[in-house]
Amino acid sequence: MERDDLIVNDQYSLDLEHSEEAGKVIRKKIIKVTILLTLITALEIVMGVVWGKSIAQTAPAKWEVIKWIYIVLTIIKAGYIVMVFMHLGEERKNMKQMILVPYVAFMIYLIWILLTEAWSVTAASAL
Amino acid sequence: MAGETSKVIDTKVLWGGNRSPFSMSYGKMMMWLFLVSDALTFGGLLTGLGFFKWKYADMWPNSEEVFTHFPGTHASLPLLYVATMTFILIVSSVTMVFAVEAGHRNDKKNVIKWLAWTVVGGVVFLGSQAWEWSTFIAGPDGMFGTADDTNLLTNFFTKVDGVWTPGPSAYGMFFFCVTGFHGFHVFSGVIINVIILINAVNGTYEKRGHYEMVEKTGLYWHFIDLVWVFVFTFFYLI
Repeated sequence: MERDDLIVNDQYSLDLEHSEEAGKVIRKKIIKVTILLTLITALEIVMGVVWGKSIAQTAPAKWEVIKWIYIVLTIIKAGYIVMVFMHLGEERKNMKQMILVPYVAFMIYLIWILLTEAWSVTAASAL
Repeated sequence: MAGETSKVIDTKVLWGGNRSPFSMSYGKMMMWLFLVSDALTFGGLLTGLGFFKWKYADMWPNSEEVFTHFPGTHASLPLLYVATMTFILIVSSVTMVFAVEAGHRNDKKNVIKWLAWTVVGGVVFLGSQAWEWSTFIAGPDGMFGTADDTNLLTNFFTKVDGVWTPGPSAYGMFFFCVTGFHGFHVFSGVIINVIILINAVNGTYEKRGHYEMVEKTGLYWHFIDLVWVFVFTFFYLI
């Protein structure tokens, strides 16, 4: 059987090998991203403890802002994990698009249709 | 020509064409496609959760009032335990990146070291989840600890004003389904990491000349971390 994991030259797989010096730069970047991810998580926890979801009933407008801050922070964290840790950012452009575009497009549709339905069902049963 | 090879390579190695599509090996590409399909599964579960949360916004429990326990104390510490779990998973993801980076330098010693720490992180996370589940089921305020009608197991759906409405158990259903499915991924990830660790110790990848297998399992492990980031936000925070 032919082996698919035999890599013969650099063109076959991007960034498969790097030097000691390049490794140092990469490790520095990893540590930076780690600190950032930890800080974001800590911020989310502090927000969760100070303004819990219980304020959704007492101060809906405030909760709306906090909810969107959570969503934006989550997408930032996800972006760093996918682009740096999974180094999709260093892959070819067509590879990036093949992975991200169909997924994001479908998820936006799914979220929209399900939340719209959930709201419509509630509105209909209130009549 | 982009991707043109400097040496003559067996075309079968290059996916049967003249060069490898996307400059990527077959195995790595298939791992990415698997992760996309797996991400769709988790996306379905989490948007399903979103559906229930929107439909029953007025009766859905607030997470910071549910997850208040921490081992060794009876104090109310909202979200602290899940924050610890999140941190453990992020750290184990970081040790995995270090293992992949060491693999790129063919540094066998460091690959083994960082992979071993990744396995430790995964096991600690699984243990934390076991504690969380057991507290949620059998703890003083857990499913079996509550003897009245609000028992989460018997209350899958209840009749409120003549309308069948999901009781508190819908919350438990999503909790066990989402975190359980994620926990199963962590479990299989730990097993895969152990296999790769054994191979690395045996020098399989040293003989092969590259550590791409570490990179492929690394992709899976980071994906687990990625899913947890979303579970954390949409289950525990929002």
